[in-house]
Amino acid sequence: MNKNIISDKNEISRIIKRLSAEILEDLKGSKDLVLIGIRTKGVYIAKRIRKEIEKQEKRKVPLGILDITLYRDDIERITEHPKAKETIIDFNIENKDIVLVDDVIWTGRTVRAAIDEIMDFGRPRRIKLCVLVDRGERELPIEPNYVGKKVVLRKNEWVEVYLKETDGMDGIVILSKRR
Amino acid sequence: MKLKRKDLLGLEELSREEIELILDTAIPMKELFTRTVKKVPTLRGKTVVILFYEPSTRTRVSFELAAKRLSADTVNISTSASSVVKGESLIDTAKTIQALGADFIVIRHPNSGAPHILSKYVSCSVINAGDGMHEHPTQGLLDLFTIREKKGRIEGLKVGIVGDILHSRVARSNIWGLKKMGAEVYVIGPATLIPKDIESLEVKVYYKIEDVIDKLDVINILRIQRERQKEHLFPSLEEYSEIFGVNFEKLKKARKDLLIMHPGPMNRGVEISGDVADSKNSTILEQVTNGVAVRMAVLYLLSGGGEIETST
Repeated sequence: MNKNIISDKNEISRIIKRLSAEILEDLKGSKDLVLIGIRTKGVYIAKRIRKEIEKQEKRKVPLGILDITLYRDDIERITEHPKAKETIIDFNIENKDIVLVDDVIWTGRTVRAAIDEIMDFGRPRRIKLCVLVDRGERELPIEPNYVGKKVVLRKNEWVEVYLKETDGMDGIVILSKRR
Repeated sequence: MKLKRKDLLGLEELSREEIELILDTAIPMKELFTRTVKKVPTLRGKTVVILFYEPSTRTRVSFELAAKRLSADTVNISTSASSVVKGESLIDTAKTIQALGADFIVIRHPNSGAPHILSKYVSCSVINAGDGMHEHPTQGLLDLFTIREKKGRIEGLKVGIVGDILHSRVARSNIWGLKKMGAEVYVIGPATLIPKDIESLEVKVYYKIEDVIDKLDVINILRIQRERQKEHLFPSLEEYSEIFGVNFEKLKKARKDLLIMHPGPMNRGVEISGDVADSKNSTILEQVTNGVAVRMAVLYLLSGGGEIETST
């Protein structure tokens, strides 16, 4: 297997800064902003964005954790059930500007499930989507508002985000099987 | 992660890992109860048939709510109003239910082993909701869940089960579950209501609550079935209550944090005094809430099972 690091620690931290700035510019501040990270890696990325935004805005931003397992559309089809974990949104989302955060967007199915789950908690004013990596090939009409990095992959390649919290190091990596 | 089976028939055949998976999965299920919308789309399009050959309110309602909160459709069949009274056999009834499109059959039956037989004749998942004197696995699981939630662990805890151990499927499922999870189990009751071979399950037997109460972290008090008195297994409810009824007098030497459990329905003033049932150590109503979460976890983990691998 080949491993090609396309972004290192420093670049990821620059991306987080840029995404935070884009969010603040787009939403014109952080007054009604809440961040919701999709388990597992989306949560850590959301926490980094929150840190950056709180530093700039000098106010607290609520952060929720979303587990979309019970909202998946493929429970029927998969042999091994993903382990369901808790969703933790312990604040009111009514009329809030939600920024949903995930590590990689691919088919868009995870985001569909996340939007459905959020709607069961209330009626936010709007939901925006922020991802570290967009690898294209969508199967649903869903597009992110804030993108860290776009990658185009060959047939035998896939992309992974490594984070210090889960993998011991930061990096965006393209992996490929040798043919 | 998956249960390595199509059916849930008892805790005897489950591994510790499978029990832990069910208990872990019940945590996010319980979280749903705090939301305004208490329902998730997970089992949309699935049908759960609840087939009860014995009267029951709480277990039946609990399964029905569990299925509904996962968006499954539910059908209730109580045998007094079905073709069972016309003499249809268990297996024919089950095959008919399957032909109607059920994905799950939740069955309660007075005969031990009835769910096991049924499971061999149908391809849908069979969940045992209590069979004769054999097992009541979801009650065992909800008791384990409640203990783990309250005490933070099960391993190493000393758990007493008081009452009619002989006829109790709740006791049997609890013993299997607790032993697999590494707890020490003590059974307490009149000699006539304790099975002779019980020690083969590696439990300790006591004939008086006062002799063991100071050791226990948890006491699970079983319902005494009034019909057993007619079989002369104990002289009178008054005498049973005198010796085995749990009241504050008998709990004098108990640990301050003793957890008091009862599977319900309670005979207040017989196996448990009203003030003990309502005390701050009692977790009886939470057991009912946890029952729904645990049954949701079981339905979720038994569902699906196609061949295609997961994608993001």
